[in-house]
Amino acid sequence: MSYQGKKNIPKITSERLLVKGGRIVNDDQSFHADIYMEDGIIKQIGDNLIVPGGVKTVEANGKMVIPGGIDIHTHFQMPYRGTTTVDDFAQGSKAALAGGTTMIVDHVIPDPGCSLMEAYDQWRQRGDEKSCCDYSLHVDITHWNDSVKQEVESLIKEKGVNSFQVYMAYKDYYQMSNSELYDIFSFLAERGGIAEVHAENGEIIAEEQARMLQMGITGPEGHVLSRPEELEAEAVFRAITIASQTNCPLYVTRVMSKSAADIISQARKRGNVVFGEPITASLGTDGTHYWSKNWAKAASFVTSPPLSPDPTTPDYLNTMLSSGDLSVTGSAHCTFSVAQKAIGKDDFTQIPEGVNGVEERMSLIWDKAVTTGKMDENMFVAVTSTNAAKILNLYPRKGRIAVGSDADLVIWDTDSIRTITAKTHNSAAEYNIFEGMELRGAPQAVICQGKIVVEDGTLHVVSGVGRFIPCSAFPDFAYKRIKARKQLAVLRAVPRGMYDGPVSEFSMSRGGTPSASARTSPTKQPSRNLHHSGFSLAGPTIPDDIPIRPAGRRIVVPPGGRSNITSLS
Amino acid sequence: MSGYQGKKNIPRITSDRLLVKGAKIVNDDQSFLADIYMEDGVIKQIGDNLIVPGGVKIIEAHGRMVMPGGIDVHTRFQMPDRGMVSADDFYQGTKAALAGGTTMIIDHVVPEPGVSLVAAFKQWREWADSKSCCDYSLHVDITSWNTGTQEEMETLVKDHGVNSFLVYLAYKDVFQLSDSQIYEVLSVIRDLGAIAQVHAENGDIIAEEQRRILELGITGPEGHVLSRPEEVEAEAVNRAVTIANQTNCPLYITKVMSKSAADVIALAKKKGAVVYGEPISASLGTDGTHYWSKNWAKAASYVTSPPLSPDPTTPDYLNSLLSCGDLQVTGSAHCTFQTSQRAIGKDDFTLIPEGTNGTEERMSLIWDKCVVTGKMDENQFVAVTSTNAAKIFNVFPRKGRIAVGSDADLVLWDPDMTKIISAKTHNLAVEYNIFEGIEVRGGPVVVISQGKIVLEEGSLHPTEGCGRYISRKPFSDHVYKRIKARSRLTELRGVPRGHYDGPVCEVTVTPKMMSTVSSSSFSLSGAQTDDNIPRRNTQRIVAPPGGKANITNLG
Repeated sequence: MSYQGKKNIPKITSERLLVKGGRIVNDDQSFHADIYMEDGIIKQIGDNLIVPGGVKTVEANGKMVIPGGIDIHTHFQMPYRGTTTVDDFAQGSKAALAGGTTMIVDHVIPDPGCSLMEAYDQWRQRGDEKSCCDYSLHVDITHWNDSVKQEVESLIKEKGVNSFQVYMAYKDYYQMSNSELYDIFSFLAERGGIAEVHAENGEIIAEEQARMLQMGITGPEGHVLSRPEELEAEAVFRAITIASQTNCPLYVTRVMSKSAADIISQARKRGNVVFGEPITASLGTDGTHYWSKNWAKAASFVTSPPLSPDPTTPDYLNTMLSSGDLSVTGSAHCTFSVAQKAIGKDDFTQIPEGVNGVEERMSLIWDKAVTTGKMDENMFVAVTSTNAAKILNLYPRKGRIAVGSDADLVIWDTDSIRTITAKTHNSAAEYNIFEGMELRGAPQAVICQGKIVVEDGTLHVVSGVGRFIPCSAFPDFAYKRIKARKQLAVLRAVPRGMYDGPVSEFSMSRGGTPSASARTSPTKQPSRNLHHSGFSLAGPTIPDDIPIRPAGRRIVVPPGGRSNITSLS
Repeated sequence: MSGYQGKKNIPRITSDRLLVKGAKIVNDDQSFLADIYMEDGVIKQIGDNLIVPGGVKIIEAHGRMVMPGGIDVHTRFQMPDRGMVSADDFYQGTKAALAGGTTMIIDHVVPEPGVSLVAAFKQWREWADSKSCCDYSLHVDITSWNTGTQEEMETLVKDHGVNSFLVYLAYKDVFQLSDSQIYEVLSVIRDLGAIAQVHAENGDIIAEEQRRILELGITGPEGHVLSRPEEVEAEAVNRAVTIANQTNCPLYITKVMSKSAADVIALAKKKGAVVYGEPISASLGTDGTHYWSKNWAKAASYVTSPPLSPDPTTPDYLNSLLSCGDLQVTGSAHCTFQTSQRAIGKDDFTLIPEGTNGTEERMSLIWDKCVVTGKMDENQFVAVTSTNAAKIFNVFPRKGRIAVGSDADLVLWDPDMTKIISAKTHNLAVEYNIFEGIEVRGGPVVVISQGKIVLEEGSLHPTEGCGRYISRKPFSDHVYKRIKARSRLTELRGVPRGHYDGPVCEVTVTPKMMSTVSSSSFSLSGAQTDDNIPRRNTQRIVAPPGGKANITNLG
């Protein structure tokens, strides 16, 4: 994909690598074997491999070797009101590698009204120049019209993007209406894309923010008070409903609360194709810190949806992740300096949003979910790497240790104990929201593109070696089911004779009242009514006086057996 | 309709005094044997061996059940729709109600969007006062939202005895309000002490689906239900519950038509939300398979919104939830149209006027589906057909209970009476009955409204225009005790902190970026929060982490 003059960085000398005596952990099984890599690709797996002489050998000593983590949600180098987040692609991907993550998927955020393609190119440039590990891109749809449609189409077909995020929050800015969501989801479903949503009810948030500020609450606690978790759950519910109507696979980014997770879990039980992404922050800490007396500390936790003030949330989300109700993990890493956060020192609504987590993600999940016995090491691989690769349609190139897969590996030390602190982390931010947390489990060595980038705690990263990995449309993981449903979802009309009885007189305008002059909302078209709205698009195709279509084309839908196939029960 | 065609003045039944002897009185809390003596439309004595004036008309109950007359909380009699009027007017409708054992109805005032609520209310009062045969009250629908609306709602609550307002989440570009508007309406309703009713369906999605279904060439009534799948109902219920929780406003979901919508309500109740669900005769008694009928007129007669569910197990499920208390009240949403009126949508289902019958059948249907089957006892039956409605809408114990001082609205109920529902025999002005052919067990033998016998030995003697408007006070105890306790808890405080005095990043004032969510909230609040003045610490107390004031989460 690297069509933009990627300068030829001199490759690290040794292109061949042998990992000996490791216990390979995939999402389905664990087994002892050696791994031989050449040119960034796994060439052989087995015992007593025949390899060329002089190959650099890493002794795993029976430790686990897992597929490198995939952080499916980052915001590196994100522009915000003229400033940029402190971790750029170099700093961010370095931190990722330090934590055992060998691929990141960043979000392209075009300004509303701007070209998606231009924004994509801009992000590609930043990623290609600086990223130390492979990366892919999601593209956020921040406005919707015909030209955006075309751009989305060519992003899918030509640019290797298969996932697009829409926002249900950020009223008057990124927020999409229900009708737009319906339209976007329908569009993506036809073209094999994944619809990602930022799920919060932006309308109610705007009302609540106004209320908080009126009450004189201006600090970071106002952020969480104005965004109660019910608003997250409500939006998740709505997104699922729309996705189900349009038969589009849905991916909920940043699952931050119990109730949002519950809605996803229920929907999955009903058969909806929906994936939930808790992030490092929601799995590792909670929203009690918004009440910290230290403004800068409190502000460092500001992200949306906010961390839940319920301290039992992280444990709950880890359990849901372990049971498979939530599918993948990201970090939503988006860090701002204290000075940047201070833009909102007198008004919490102005605080730039985002938390760290790209470096801590793997260790944190290991500590919270594997050492506690919630999940085994295979499930750990699934939620940190494999499932993400499947959703992005990169499997088995990524997310699996197998012959032919990319040589992105981590030798995992289950006993290593680290204390997280901003003093030692690889992010450029002054605060770390996991400050002081002691985590068991960490990478001992990280191999990225067949090269050792972390060894015994030292980083050897090379900025700019990261390749853009194109994701193709129609990932099997989501679309096998979607396609089957589509075949079922054909609706037919009932063949009936024409109704030829009397028809009442009626006026098309409701009650003949010249109503709407008094109405406030300029968006509403006064003279239209419900029925018109149905007509407006469909009307032209079905002239009133032409008899309905020949009966041969219509088959009775059996009662009860209508084609709302999402209800599998 | 037949109502206004010169109904001769039926002489009032002579005796204003009435004694029911040997009755098994059934209230929502207990049943007991006693006599009931009524005078001037009010119950004066209850007990054995009552001392009553001579010459009183006596009804022998012979140990049969006497229960409070039913309250149909949801009717739409004489409803205007695009220049037409629904077939049953207040006379015909209340007559049918009385025939079924219902002695009070609450109708919906539907103002044209933009038209004065008070004017519409007065219009409905005029229609009902001249025609209604039983007591009635009125809900007012908020079909548009602007500043004037708020004052009108206040007037309606304070001067006109209205304590319930309906908002629509459906009917895009007609009645539908946005989430922000709903939030504001609900805040106003809470301050007024009224009840927020919601027609819960996602109108945006419905509009898209309608377009899609029409494009597929599906124009018949089956398109109505295909374009309004039950998920869309459940979604809107969930959203309404969320907004009601945020605003701490009591919520009432009208027309619960599907399992999933009922489930959302049940779940919300378990989480502590103050929410009530109203299934209707149609959803309790029949299902949406009829939309596929080859008879267009029959299929069209089932068109109502939210639609009847095509899942035939739905009625049984809703009856169960009604029995266990997850759903509390029942209405009929009675809104009938002649076939010729329905036929304006003969080539496009989106034009079919919506509504079904049910005011006459409601009581018998519920008895048959719930009491006969052992889902509920007769006391719970009284609760869901009458008492709960009276409590929620604050007319209890005047209505909804047999007690001294209560209105003399009674029904002598025969649990063994069987009847086959048919359009041939019903008291309605329409050709179709959606319950056609259903045999129900249980029905009224005698109906007493305002202390007068209106149904006896199968013959109806309703009096046109004798129905009184029952005004309802705000802050119904049944609803607002909890709301009030919660609003005392929901005071939020900021954290007392020193002023942040560290470095602040420069921000480019690109208006594009500035016009974020933040600025939209600024418009309201920016004025009084002066950025440069440190806030008084006394105003702020730490909200304890985990103990934030989201008290709706009782779990």
